[in-house]
Amino acid sequence: MSKHDIVVTVNGKKVAGSVEPRMSLLDFLRSEIGLTGTHMGCEHGVCGACSVLVDDVPLRSCLMLAVQAHNHAITTVEGLCNEDGSTGELQDAFRDAHGMQCGYCTPGMLISAHALLESNKDPSVDDIKEAIGGNLCRCTGYVQIIEAIQLAASRKMEAGPS
Amino acid sequence: MKPAPFEYTLAETVEEAIALLDDGDGDAMIIAGGQTLMPMMALRMARPERVVDINGIEELAGISEDADEVIIKACTRQTAALESKLVANRLPLLAKAIAFVGHQQTRNRGTVGGSLSLGDPASEIPLAALTMNAYVTLRSVEGSRTVPMGEFFLGPMMTACESNELMVSVHFPCRVDDQRVGTSFHEVNERHGDFAIVAAAAQIHLNDKDVCTGAAVAIGGAHDRPVRIPGLEAKLVGNKIDAEVIQSALQEISKTIDPFDDQHAGADYRRHTAEILAERAINDAVADANGDAQ
Repeated sequence: MSKHDIVVTVNGKKVAGSVEPRMSLLDFLRSEIGLTGTHMGCEHGVCGACSVLVDDVPLRSCLMLAVQAHNHAITTVEGLCNEDGSTGELQDAFRDAHGMQCGYCTPGMLISAHALLESNKDPSVDDIKEAIGGNLCRCTGYVQIIEAIQLAASRKMEAGPS
Repeated sequence: MKPAPFEYTLAETVEEAIALLDDGDGDAMIIAGGQTLMPMMALRMARPERVVDINGIEELAGISEDADEVIIKACTRQTAALESKLVANRLPLLAKAIAFVGHQQTRNRGTVGGSLSLGDPASEIPLAALTMNAYVTLRSVEGSRTVPMGEFFLGPMMTACESNELMVSVHFPCRVDDQRVGTSFHEVNERHGDFAIVAAAAQIHLNDKDVCTGAAVAIGGAHDRPVRIPGLEAKLVGNKIDAEVIQSALQEISKTIDPFDDQHAGADYRRHTAEILAERAINDAVADANGDAQ
């Protein structure tokens, strides 16, 4: 099968690749450019572990072909870190509120929570539940994840508009 | 969990897409949002030799209206439909149904036409479209034709859309008259956003004397395709809808549907739940027509 040349902006940097049509965006991120922060769960759109932002909108990277990401901008969980590589404020809130146990779902949860907080500075518990409704967690029972997102929102509000 | 190899083309025009479908001779498939096709390919339920991407075709996205109908282009994202004021105002049942479709990550990519094209018997947009008497426009190299929803769904994941046809638009007729209209959508599933185990949709018209002048009630997830219940609708029309009328009408559901067993629920559960959800949908649609909050 013929390969396709693609150029994708990943976390602000342009990346070029040559991909088989059947390669998912998820496999491209993990295997081709080594960004293994995005997790592979079910590979058929059920678990949400592979969520990334495509042009600032959260999507499942297992349900998009790498070739379809050509000329688009992707943000992965690595892109939520500060510029020096330290964890970002949302990630810090997940750590401080213990919003994880095994950590498998965490990258997807962070992407969904990030997208929520970008559009809603003061989300209700129901808003948070709706935003992470597509992300499965088999450990926490979700309560601490919701608390972590509330903590991040309250810290952002305290810090004021950036 | 990887798709079988295929060739890929990003089509730039409708003409190019339908020419590629025709050349594919049954082995080419359209990808729009990919939220159904990608899992089908990953599970090897679909093994197209060529995938034709229509995401770059501008004329396939957008929502418009005229006096008689609202037109949603096939490649319009579900999120765009859910956030559309036009849909909220003129197609309230569709807006209620899309709120049950997947999650933000899938609605941001999934399309209205894609959900209809793949014809999952438990999916919400087909059920709403059937209830609303929608019809679709299909294009192929041979020309264009329209198919009403009542003739579109043929069985599980089987529709009247031929392998060389591309769905270009979905048309939702909306009656603009002085009668009151109410709608409701109910669903039981394992997790919000999952496919329905059973779903029911209702659209009820009442006149100024509270007599039902039009009724559309459909069930999803409890038959090999979404299905209207004409016997039930006939028992509502011409009557003031009260508990007695509804109980009598609900008897028609088990005469129409032929539910199945699967790992989620048994056929008996589906039959029972279809009646419960239809009852709720009818009551809520009447309340909606009366302007009462649901």
